[in-house]
Amino acid sequence: MRITCPICGERDRREFTYQGDAVALRRPAVDDMPEDWDAYLHLRDNPAGVTRDLWYHEAGCAAWLVVTRDTVTHAVLDADLVSRHPGGAA
Amino acid sequence: MRFSGLRVFKEGSTGNRGWAPHWRDPAPKSDYDIIIIGGGGHGLSTAYYLAREHGLTNVAVLEKGYIGGGNVGRNTTIVRANYFLQGNSEFYSHSLKLWEGLEDDLNYNVMHSQRGLINLFHSDGQRDAFARRGNAMINQGDDAVLLDREGVRKYLPYLDFDNTRFPIFGGLLHPRGGTARHDAVAWGYARGADQRGVDLIQNCEVTGIDIENGVVKGVQTTRGAIRAKKVGIVVAGRSGQVAAMAGMRLPIESHVLQAFVTEGVKPVIDHVVSFGMGHFYISQSDKGGLVFGGDLDFYASYASRGNLPMVEHVMEAGMTLMPMIGKARVLRSWGGIMDMTPDGSPIIDKTHIDGLYLDCGWCYGGFKAVPGSGFSFAHLIATDGHHAPAARFRLDRFRTGRGLMDEEGTGSQHNLH
Repeated sequence: MRITCPICGERDRREFTYQGDAVALRRPAVDDMPEDWDAYLHLRDNPAGVTRDLWYHEAGCAAWLVVTRDTVTHAVLDADLVSRHPGGAA
Repeated sequence: MRFSGLRVFKEGSTGNRGWAPHWRDPAPKSDYDIIIIGGGGHGLSTAYYLAREHGLTNVAVLEKGYIGGGNVGRNTTIVRANYFLQGNSEFYSHSLKLWEGLEDDLNYNVMHSQRGLINLFHSDGQRDAFARRGNAMINQGDDAVLLDREGVRKYLPYLDFDNTRFPIFGGLLHPRGGTARHDAVAWGYARGADQRGVDLIQNCEVTGIDIENGVVKGVQTTRGAIRAKKVGIVVAGRSGQVAAMAGMRLPIESHVLQAFVTEGVKPVIDHVVSFGMGHFYISQSDKGGLVFGGDLDFYASYASRGNLPMVEHVMEAGMTLMPMIGKARVLRSWGGIMDMTPDGSPIIDKTHIDGLYLDCGWCYGGFKAVPGSGFSFAHLIATDGHHAPAARFRLDRFRTGRGLMDEEGTGSQHNLH
Protein backbone atom coordinates (compact mmCIF):
# COMPACT_ATOMS: atom_id res chain seq x y z
CA MET A 1 0.00 0.00 0.00
CA ARG A 2 1.42 3.38 -1.03
CA ILE A 3 -0.01 6.78 -0.23
CA THR A 4 0.56 9.89 -2.32
CA CYS A 5 1.21 12.68 0.14
CA PRO A 6 0.19 16.05 -1.36
CA ILE A 7 3.46 17.51 -0.10
CA CYS A 8 5.99 14.68 -0.46
CA GLY A 9 4.57 12.60 -3.30
CA GLU A 10 4.06 8.83 -3.39
CA ARG A 11 5.51 7.14 -0.33
CA ASP A 12 5.57 3.73 1.33
CA ARG A 13 2.77 3.04 3.80
CA ARG A 14 5.37 2.57 6.54
CA GLU A 15 6.04 6.31 6.59
CA PHE A 16 2.48 6.90 7.76
CA THR A 17 0.69 6.28 11.04
CA TYR A 18 -2.98 5.41 10.90
CA GLN A 19 -5.18 7.35 13.27
CA GLY A 20 -8.63 6.04 12.38
CA ASP A 21 -11.90 7.05 10.80
CA ALA A 22 -12.12 10.65 9.59
CA VAL A 23 -15.03 11.08 12.01
CA ALA A 24 -12.39 12.85 14.10
CA LEU A 25 -12.91 15.90 11.88
CA ARG A 26 -16.47 16.16 13.19
CA ARG A 27 -15.74 16.61 16.87
CA PRO A 28 -18.86 17.57 18.83
CA ALA A 29 -19.02 20.74 20.86
CA VAL A 30 -18.32 20.51 24.59
CA ASP A 31 -21.97 20.82 25.57
CA ASP A 32 -23.37 18.55 22.86
CA MET A 33 -25.45 15.54 23.91
CA PRO A 34 -23.72 12.43 25.30
CA GLU A 35 -25.16 10.53 22.32
CA ASP A 36 -23.17 12.79 19.99
CA TRP A 37 -20.00 12.04 21.91
CA ASP A 38 -20.75 8.31 21.89
CA ALA A 39 -21.22 8.45 18.12
CA TYR A 40 -18.01 10.41 17.73
CA LEU A 41 -15.87 8.23 19.99
CA HIS A 42 -17.26 4.75 19.45
CA LEU A 43 -19.88 4.20 16.77
CA ARG A 44 -18.65 3.58 13.24
CA ASP A 45 -20.17 3.06 9.80
CA ASN A 46 -17.31 0.59 9.25
CA PRO A 47 -17.88 0.40 5.49
CA ALA A 48 -16.76 -2.49 3.29
CA GLY A 49 -15.74 -0.27 0.40
CA VAL A 50 -14.76 3.37 0.18
CA THR A 51 -13.88 4.99 3.47
CA ARG A 52 -12.10 8.12 4.63
CA ASP A 53 -9.55 7.91 7.39
CA LEU A 54 -6.81 10.00 8.91
CA TRP A 55 -3.12 9.22 8.44
CA TYR A 56 -0.15 11.11 9.85
CA HIS A 57 2.94 11.39 7.68
CA GLU A 58 5.18 10.67 10.60
CA ALA A 59 8.37 9.82 8.73
CA GLY A 60 7.83 12.55 6.16
CA CYS A 61 6.45 16.05 6.30
CA ALA A 62 4.42 15.49 9.52
CA ALA A 63 1.21 16.51 7.77
CA TRP A 64 -2.14 15.04 8.74
CA LEU A 65 -3.92 13.58 5.72
CA VAL A 66 -7.47 12.59 4.88
CA VAL A 67 -6.99 9.41 2.87
CA THR A 68 -9.83 8.04 0.75
CA ARG A 69 -9.38 4.30 0.52
CA ASP A 70 -11.18 1.12 -0.44
CA THR A 71 -11.21 -1.22 2.56
CA VAL A 72 -11.91 -4.24 0.34
CA THR A 73 -9.15 -3.78 -2.23
CA HIS A 74 -6.70 -1.59 -0.25
CA ALA A 75 -6.67 0.83 -3.21
CA VAL A 76 -5.73 4.35 -2.13
CA LEU A 77 -7.98 6.70 -4.09
CA ASP A 78 -7.00 10.09 -2.73
CA ALA A 79 -4.94 11.80 -0.05
CA ASP A 80 -5.50 15.39 0.92
CA LEU A 81 -4.32 17.68 3.68
CA VAL A 82 -6.56 17.71 6.72
CA SER A 83 -6.24 21.49 6.83
CA ARG A 84 -8.27 21.71 3.62
CA HIS A 85 -11.23 19.94 5.25
CA PRO A 86 -13.98 21.41 7.45
CA GLY A 87 -13.08 20.74 11.05
CA GLY A 88 -9.45 20.19 10.16
CA ALA A 89 -8.28 23.79 10.16
CA ALA A 90 -6.64 23.58 13.58
CA MET B 1 -24.16 -41.76 13.06
CA ARG B 2 -21.84 -42.02 16.06
CA PHE B 3 -18.09 -41.99 15.75
CA SER B 4 -16.08 -44.56 17.65
CA GLY B 5 -12.79 -46.38 17.37
CA LEU B 6 -14.63 -49.51 16.33
CA ARG B 7 -16.47 -47.60 13.63
CA VAL B 8 -13.27 -46.10 12.25
CA PHE B 9 -11.74 -49.59 12.16
CA LYS B 10 -14.77 -51.10 10.44
CA GLU B 11 -14.98 -48.35 7.82
CA GLY B 12 -11.25 -48.45 7.27
CA SER B 13 -11.40 -52.15 6.54
CA THR B 14 -14.40 -51.88 4.20
CA GLY B 15 -13.26 -49.06 1.93
CA ASN B 16 -14.83 -46.21 3.94
CA ARG B 17 -18.10 -46.64 2.05
CA GLY B 18 -20.35 -46.30 5.10
CA TRP B 19 -19.75 -42.65 5.99
CA ALA B 20 -22.66 -40.29 5.44
CA PRO B 21 -22.67 -36.46 5.22
CA HIS B 22 -22.32 -34.92 8.66
CA TRP B 23 -25.28 -32.60 8.22
CA ARG B 24 -28.28 -32.13 5.97
CA ASP B 25 -28.53 -29.38 3.36
CA PRO B 26 -32.12 -28.21 3.90
CA ALA B 27 -34.00 -25.49 2.03
CA PRO B 28 -35.15 -22.69 4.33
CA LYS B 29 -38.64 -22.98 5.80
CA SER B 30 -40.89 -19.92 5.76
CA ASP B 31 -40.58 -19.35 9.49
CA TYR B 32 -38.60 -20.36 12.55
CA ASP B 33 -38.66 -19.58 16.24
CA ILE B 34 -35.05 -18.39 16.08
CA ILE B 35 -32.75 -17.37 13.25
CA ILE B 36 -29.00 -17.16 13.79
CA ILE B 37 -27.31 -14.99 11.16
CA GLY B 38 -23.83 -16.35 10.59
CA GLY B 39 -22.71 -19.97 10.32
CA GLY B 40 -19.25 -19.51 11.78
CA GLY B 41 -17.96 -21.06 14.97
CA HIS B 42 -19.97 -18.78 17.23
CA GLY B 43 -23.21 -19.09 15.25
CA LEU B 44 -22.98 -22.88 15.07
CA SER B 45 -22.19 -23.25 18.76
CA THR B 46 -25.08 -20.90 19.57
CA ALA B 47 -27.45 -23.12 17.60
CA TYR B 48 -26.02 -26.23 19.21
CA TYR B 49 -26.47 -24.93 22.76
CA LEU B 50 -29.95 -23.57 21.97
CA ALA B 51 -30.89 -27.14 21.11
CA ARG B 52 -28.92 -28.94 23.78
CA GLU B 53 -29.33 -26.63 26.76
CA HIS B 54 -32.72 -25.12 26.06
CA GLY B 55 -34.51 -27.67 23.87
CA LEU B 56 -35.04 -25.06 21.15
CA THR B 57 -34.74 -26.81 17.81
CA ASN B 58 -36.97 -24.80 15.48
CA VAL B 59 -33.84 -22.85 14.65
CA ALA B 60 -32.10 -21.91 11.42
CA VAL B 61 -28.50 -20.86 10.97
CA LEU B 62 -28.12 -18.69 7.85
CA GLU B 63 -24.66 -18.70 6.30
CA LYS B 64 -23.86 -16.59 3.24
CA GLY B 65 -20.99 -18.84 2.21
CA TYR B 66 -20.29 -22.35 3.42
CA ILE B 67 -19.89 -23.81 6.90
CA GLY B 68 -16.34 -23.33 8.10
CA GLY B 69 -15.43 -20.83 5.38
CA GLY B 70 -15.06 -17.73 7.53
CA ASN B 71 -12.84 -16.80 10.44
CA VAL B 72 -13.34 -20.20 12.08
CA GLY B 73 -11.27 -21.65 9.24
CA ARG B 74 -8.80 -18.76 9.13
CA ASN B 75 -7.33 -18.46 12.63
CA THR B 76 -4.29 -19.74 14.51
CA THR B 77 -6.36 -22.21 16.58
CA ILE B 78 -5.21 -21.20 20.06
CA VAL B 79 -7.31 -22.08 23.09
CA ARG B 80 -6.52 -20.41 26.43
CA ALA B 81 -8.02 -18.81 29.53
CA ASN B 82 -5.32 -16.39 30.65
CA TYR B 83 -7.31 -13.18 30.95
CA PHE B 84 -6.88 -10.70 33.72
CA LEU B 85 -9.94 -8.51 34.10
CA GLN B 86 -13.17 -9.49 35.77
CA GLY B 87 -15.65 -10.05 32.98
CA ASN B 88 -13.16 -11.58 30.59
CA SER B 89 -11.67 -13.83 33.26
CA GLU B 90 -14.80 -15.76 34.20
CA PHE B 91 -15.99 -15.92 30.61
CA TYR B 92 -12.84 -17.49 29.16
CA SER B 93 -12.57 -19.78 32.18
CA HIS B 94 -16.05 -21.09 31.42
CA SER B 95 -15.21 -21.42 27.74
CA LEU B 96 -12.08 -23.45 28.50
CA LYS B 97 -14.11 -25.84 30.67
CA LEU B 98 -16.48 -26.35 27.75
CA TRP B 99 -13.48 -27.06 25.51
CA GLU B 100 -12.28 -29.71 27.92
CA GLY B 101 -15.52 -31.64 27.57
CA LEU B 102 -16.17 -30.78 23.96
CA GLU B 103 -15.05 -33.92 22.19
CA ASP B 104 -17.17 -36.22 24.35
CA ASP B 105 -20.03 -33.77 24.19
CA LEU B 106 -19.99 -33.52 20.39
CA ASN B 107 -18.78 -37.08 19.74
CA TYR B 108 -16.32 -35.40 17.41
CA ASN B 109 -12.55 -35.25 17.39
CA VAL B 110 -11.68 -31.56 17.46
CA MET B 111 -8.07 -32.45 18.26
CA HIS B 112 -8.08 -30.27 21.35
CA SER B 113 -4.49 -30.41 22.55
CA GLN B 114 -3.67 -28.87 25.93
CA ARG B 115 0.01 -28.67 25.15
CA GLY B 116 0.62 -25.63 27.35
CA LEU B 117 0.97 -21.99 26.45
CA ILE B 118 4.02 -19.95 27.47
CA ASN B 119 4.01 -16.14 27.36
CA LEU B 120 7.62 -14.99 27.55
CA PHE B 121 8.78 -11.91 29.38
CA HIS B 122 11.95 -9.93 28.86
CA SER B 123 12.27 -7.44 31.71
CA ASP B 124 11.62 -7.13 35.44
CA GLY B 125 8.59 -4.97 34.81
CA GLN B 126 7.12 -7.51 32.46
CA ARG B 127 7.75 -10.24 35.02
CA ASP B 128 5.72 -8.31 37.57
CA ALA B 129 2.88 -7.86 35.10
CA PHE B 130 2.84 -11.57 34.26
CA ALA B 131 3.04 -12.57 37.93
CA ARG B 132 -0.02 -10.41 38.51
CA ARG B 133 -1.80 -11.95 35.55
CA GLY B 134 -0.91 -15.44 36.77
CA ASN B 135 -2.37 -14.66 40.17
CA ALA B 136 -5.56 -13.44 38.53
CA MET B 137 -5.76 -16.69 36.56
CA ILE B 138 -5.25 -18.76 39.72
CA ASN B 139 -7.87 -16.71 41.57
CA GLN B 140 -10.26 -17.49 38.76
CA GLY B 141 -9.59 -21.19 39.34
CA ASP B 142 -7.45 -21.71 36.28
CA ASP B 143 -3.80 -22.65 36.18
CA ALA B 144 -0.68 -20.56 35.84
CA VAL B 145 2.97 -21.22 36.65
CA LEU B 146 5.59 -18.47 36.70
CA LEU B 147 8.77 -19.84 35.16
CA ASP B 148 12.18 -18.31 35.59
CA ARG B 149 14.75 -18.33 32.83
CA GLU B 150 16.00 -21.85 33.58
CA GLY B 151 12.42 -23.04 33.93
CA VAL B 152 11.68 -21.78 30.42
CA ARG B 153 14.87 -23.37 29.13
CA LYS B 154 13.63 -26.82 30.19
CA TYR B 155 10.55 -26.41 28.00
CA LEU B 156 11.93 -24.29 25.18
CA PRO B 157 15.67 -24.94 24.83
CA TYR B 158 15.70 -23.61 21.28
CA LEU B 159 15.04 -19.95 22.13
CA ASP B 160 17.71 -17.27 21.82
CA PHE B 161 18.00 -16.75 25.58
CA ASP B 162 20.91 -14.33 25.39
CA ASN B 163 19.54 -12.08 22.72
CA THR B 164 21.29 -8.77 23.28
CA ARG B 165 18.25 -6.61 22.93
CA PHE B 166 15.51 -8.87 24.34
CA PRO B 167 17.03 -11.48 26.69
CA ILE B 168 14.53 -13.96 28.09
CA PHE B 169 13.80 -13.43 31.80
CA GLY B 170 11.16 -16.14 32.08
CA GLY B 171 7.64 -17.01 31.08
CA LEU B 172 4.12 -17.51 32.34
CA LEU B 173 3.06 -21.09 31.67
CA HIS B 174 -0.66 -21.81 31.26
CA PRO B 175 -0.63 -25.62 31.24
CA ARG B 176 -4.26 -26.00 30.13
CA GLY B 177 -3.77 -23.72 27.16
CA GLY B 178 -3.19 -25.21 23.75
CA THR B 179 -4.70 -25.59 20.33
CA ALA B 180 -7.56 -27.33 18.54
CA ARG B 181 -8.34 -28.25 14.96
CA HIS B 182 -10.32 -25.18 13.90
CA ASP B 183 -12.26 -26.74 11.01
CA ALA B 184 -13.27 -29.70 13.15
CA VAL B 185 -14.74 -27.35 15.73
CA ALA B 186 -17.03 -25.86 13.10
CA TRP B 187 -17.89 -29.27 11.71
CA GLY B 188 -18.50 -30.80 15.13
CA TYR B 189 -20.87 -28.05 16.21
CA ALA B 190 -22.59 -28.08 12.81
CA ARG B 191 -23.16 -31.83 13.05
CA GLY B 192 -24.33 -31.60 16.65
CA ALA B 193 -26.80 -28.81 15.86
CA ASP B 194 -28.06 -30.59 12.75
CA GLN B 195 -28.59 -33.84 14.63
CA ARG B 196 -30.81 -31.99 17.09
CA GLY B 197 -32.97 -30.58 14.31
CA VAL B 198 -31.38 -27.20 13.57
CA ASP B 199 -31.47 -26.25 9.87
CA LEU B 200 -28.05 -25.14 8.61
CA ILE B 201 -28.74 -23.11 5.49
CA GLN B 202 -25.69 -22.32 3.41
CA ASN B 203 -25.36 -19.92 0.46
CA CYS B 204 -28.06 -17.84 2.09
CA GLU B 205 -27.05 -14.22 2.56
CA VAL B 206 -29.20 -11.99 4.71
CA THR B 207 -30.08 -8.83 2.78
CA GLY B 208 -32.48 -7.19 5.22
CA ILE B 209 -33.89 -7.44 8.72
CA ASP B 210 -37.66 -6.97 9.05
CA ILE B 211 -38.66 -4.83 12.01
CA GLU B 212 -42.20 -3.64 12.79
CA ASN B 213 -42.88 -1.24 15.64
CA GLY B 214 -39.58 -2.00 17.26
CA VAL B 215 -40.06 -5.76 17.12
CA VAL B 216 -38.07 -8.06 14.87
CA LYS B 217 -40.24 -10.11 12.50
CA GLY B 218 -37.73 -11.97 10.36
CA VAL B 219 -35.13 -11.49 7.66
CA GLN B 220 -34.88 -11.06 3.90
CA THR B 221 -32.34 -13.34 2.26
CA THR B 222 -31.03 -14.31 -1.15
CA ARG B 223 -33.19 -17.42 -0.72
CA GLY B 224 -36.36 -15.53 0.14
CA ALA B 225 -37.98 -14.00 3.20
CA ILE B 226 -37.90 -16.00 6.44
CA ARG B 227 -39.96 -15.04 9.45
CA ALA B 228 -38.72 -15.52 13.00
CA LYS B 229 -39.61 -14.51 16.52
CA LYS B 230 -36.01 -13.93 17.47
CA VAL B 231 -32.93 -13.13 15.43
CA GLY B 232 -29.32 -13.34 16.59
CA ILE B 233 -26.52 -11.57 14.71
CA VAL B 234 -23.17 -13.42 14.99
CA VAL B 235 -21.21 -12.28 11.97
CA ALA B 236 -17.80 -11.18 13.31
CA GLY B 237 -16.11 -8.82 10.85
CA ARG B 238 -19.37 -8.18 9.02
CA SER B 239 -21.21 -7.03 12.14
CA GLY B 240 -21.31 -3.43 10.97
CA GLN B 241 -23.06 -4.25 7.71
CA VAL B 242 -25.64 -6.61 9.19
CA ALA B 243 -26.43 -4.30 12.11
CA ALA B 244 -26.91 -1.48 9.60
CA MET B 245 -29.83 -3.51 8.17
CA ALA B 246 -31.48 -2.97 11.54
CA GLY B 247 -30.60 0.72 11.49
CA MET B 248 -27.85 0.32 14.06
CA ARG B 249 -24.29 1.64 14.18
CA LEU B 250 -21.94 -0.43 16.30
CA PRO B 251 -18.82 0.43 18.27
CA ILE B 252 -16.84 -1.75 15.88
CA GLU B 253 -14.17 -1.29 13.26
CA SER B 254 -13.11 -4.22 11.08
CA HIS B 255 -9.37 -4.70 10.83
CA VAL B 256 -7.07 -7.23 9.22
CA LEU B 257 -4.98 -9.68 11.23
CA GLN B 258 -2.45 -11.76 9.35
CA ALA B 259 -1.26 -15.29 10.01
CA PHE B 260 1.28 -17.56 8.39
CA VAL B 261 2.14 -21.22 8.03
CA THR B 262 5.35 -22.89 6.93
CA GLU B 263 5.93 -26.15 5.13
CA GLY B 264 5.54 -29.21 7.33
CA VAL B 265 8.59 -30.02 9.44
CA LYS B 266 9.24 -32.67 12.08
CA PRO B 267 7.92 -31.96 15.60
CA VAL B 268 9.99 -29.15 17.01
CA ILE B 269 7.69 -26.72 18.84
CA ASP B 270 5.70 -28.58 21.47
CA HIS B 271 3.81 -25.63 23.00
CA VAL B 272 2.17 -22.39 22.10
CA VAL B 273 4.82 -19.70 22.60
CA SER B 274 4.46 -15.94 22.49
CA PHE B 275 7.19 -13.32 22.34
CA GLY B 276 6.84 -10.56 24.91
CA MET B 277 8.69 -7.79 23.10
CA GLY B 278 7.39 -8.04 19.57
CA HIS B 279 4.15 -9.28 18.13
CA PHE B 280 4.80 -12.92 17.44
CA TYR B 281 3.28 -16.17 18.63
CA ILE B 282 3.71 -19.68 17.28
CA SER B 283 2.61 -23.27 17.56
CA GLN B 284 3.07 -26.34 15.38
CA SER B 285 0.15 -28.05 13.74
CA ASP B 286 -0.26 -31.82 13.74
CA LYS B 287 0.62 -31.76 10.05
CA GLY B 288 3.95 -30.20 10.98
CA GLY B 289 3.41 -26.66 9.75
CA LEU B 290 4.62 -23.87 12.00
CA VAL B 291 1.55 -21.67 12.49
CA PHE B 292 2.34 -18.15 13.59
CA GLY B 293 1.00 -14.65 13.61
CA GLY B 294 1.47 -11.18 14.90
CA ASP B 295 -0.49 -8.04 15.44
CA LEU B 296 -3.11 -6.22 13.42
CA ASP B 297 -2.00 -4.26 10.39
CA PHE B 298 -3.76 -1.36 12.17
CA TYR B 299 -6.00 0.10 9.51
CA ALA B 300 -9.63 -0.66 8.73
CA SER B 301 -9.81 -3.45 6.15
CA TYR B 302 -12.11 -6.10 4.70
CA ALA B 303 -9.52 -7.41 2.25
CA SER B 304 -8.85 -10.73 4.06
CA ARG B 305 -5.20 -10.12 3.36
CA GLY B 306 -2.63 -7.75 4.76
CA ASN B 307 0.37 -5.78 3.61
CA LEU B 308 4.08 -6.48 3.69
CA PRO B 309 5.19 -4.22 6.57
CA MET B 310 3.45 -6.44 9.12
CA VAL B 311 4.75 -9.56 7.37
CA GLU B 312 8.26 -8.19 7.78
CA HIS B 313 7.67 -7.33 11.43
CA VAL B 314 6.34 -10.79 12.27
CA MET B 315 9.23 -12.54 10.50
CA GLU B 316 11.77 -10.32 12.26
CA ALA B 317 10.19 -10.98 15.64
CA GLY B 318 10.19 -14.73 14.98
CA MET B 319 13.85 -14.70 13.96
CA THR B 320 14.76 -12.66 17.04
CA LEU B 321 13.08 -15.13 19.36
CA MET B 322 13.88 -18.48 17.73
CA PRO B 323 16.50 -18.23 14.97
CA MET B 324 16.20 -21.98 14.34
CA ILE B 325 13.03 -21.46 12.29
CA GLY B 326 14.87 -19.34 9.73
CA LYS B 327 15.30 -22.17 7.26
CA ALA B 328 11.62 -23.12 7.26
CA ARG B 329 9.85 -21.84 4.18
CA VAL B 330 6.58 -19.98 4.57
CA LEU B 331 3.92 -21.75 2.54
CA ARG B 332 1.13 -19.22 2.77
CA SER B 333 -0.20 -16.23 4.62
CA TRP B 334 -3.71 -14.95 5.01
CA GLY B 335 -5.73 -12.32 6.81
CA GLY B 336 -8.92 -12.49 8.81
CA ILE B 337 -11.46 -9.73 9.29
CA MET B 338 -11.49 -8.80 12.99
CA ASP B 339 -14.44 -7.06 14.62
CA MET B 340 -12.52 -4.68 16.87
CA THR B 341 -14.25 -2.90 19.76
CA PRO B 342 -12.80 0.20 21.42
CA ASP B 343 -11.81 -1.66 24.61
CA GLY B 344 -10.78 -4.91 22.94
CA SER B 345 -13.48 -6.98 24.68
CA PRO B 346 -16.57 -8.55 23.13
CA ILE B 347 -20.31 -7.86 23.17
CA ILE B 348 -23.08 -10.37 23.92
CA ASP B 349 -26.25 -8.41 24.48
CA LYS B 350 -29.79 -7.55 23.51
CA THR B 351 -30.37 -4.58 21.24
CA HIS B 352 -32.97 -1.83 21.52
CA ILE B 353 -35.05 -3.83 19.02
CA ASP B 354 -37.25 -6.46 20.64
CA GLY B 355 -36.12 -9.95 19.65
CA LEU B 356 -32.84 -8.85 18.05
CA TYR B 357 -29.66 -10.03 19.77
CA LEU B 358 -26.02 -9.28 19.12
CA ASP B 359 -22.85 -11.33 19.59
CA CYS B 360 -19.78 -9.58 18.19
CA GLY B 361 -16.59 -7.69 18.96
CA TRP B 362 -14.38 -10.74 19.40
CA CYS B 363 -11.42 -8.78 18.10
CA TYR B 364 -8.52 -11.16 17.42
CA GLY B 365 -9.55 -13.69 20.09
CA GLY B 366 -12.71 -15.31 18.81
CA PHE B 367 -11.59 -18.88 18.30
CA LYS B 368 -11.07 -19.88 21.94
CA ALA B 369 -14.40 -18.21 22.74
CA VAL B 370 -16.41 -20.39 20.35
CA PRO B 371 -17.90 -22.70 23.02
CA GLY B 372 -18.39 -20.02 25.66
CA SER B 373 -19.83 -17.45 23.27
CA GLY B 374 -22.34 -19.92 21.85
CA PHE B 375 -23.32 -21.10 25.32
CA SER B 376 -23.84 -17.59 26.67
CA PHE B 377 -25.52 -16.24 23.53
CA ALA B 378 -27.92 -19.21 23.48
CA HIS B 379 -28.72 -18.49 27.12
CA LEU B 380 -29.44 -14.84 26.32
CA ILE B 381 -31.66 -15.65 23.34
CA ALA B 382 -33.53 -18.44 25.12
CA THR B 383 -34.10 -16.75 28.47
CA ASP B 384 -33.76 -13.03 27.68
CA GLY B 385 -31.36 -12.89 30.61
CA HIS B 386 -27.59 -12.61 30.63
CA HIS B 387 -25.59 -15.76 31.31
CA ALA B 388 -23.49 -14.98 34.39
CA PRO B 389 -20.00 -15.49 32.87
CA ALA B 390 -20.87 -13.15 29.98
CA ALA B 391 -22.95 -10.63 31.92
CA ARG B 392 -20.37 -7.89 31.53
CA PHE B 393 -20.23 -8.06 27.73
CA ARG B 394 -22.73 -5.22 27.49
CA LEU B 395 -23.28 -3.15 24.38
CA ASP B 396 -23.93 0.04 26.37
CA ARG B 397 -20.62 0.05 28.25
CA PHE B 398 -19.06 2.38 25.69
CA ARG B 399 -21.89 4.89 25.88
CA THR B 400 -22.05 4.89 29.67
CA GLY B 401 -18.37 4.33 30.36
CA ARG B 402 -19.29 1.73 33.00
CA GLY B 403 -17.73 -1.72 32.86
CA LEU B 404 -15.14 -1.13 30.16
CA MET B 405 -12.76 -4.10 29.92
CA ASP B 406 -9.50 -2.78 28.54
CA GLU B 407 -7.32 -5.83 29.03
CA GLU B 408 -4.22 -4.18 27.54
CA GLY B 409 -4.61 -0.96 29.49
CA THR B 410 -4.15 1.15 26.38
CA GLY B 411 -7.43 3.08 26.57
CA SER B 412 -10.93 2.54 25.30
CA GLN B 413 -10.50 3.96 21.83
CA HIS B 414 -10.61 2.48 18.38
CA ASN B 415 -7.33 1.37 16.87
CA LEU B 416 -5.50 0.94 20.17
CA HIS B 417 -5.93 -2.81 20.65
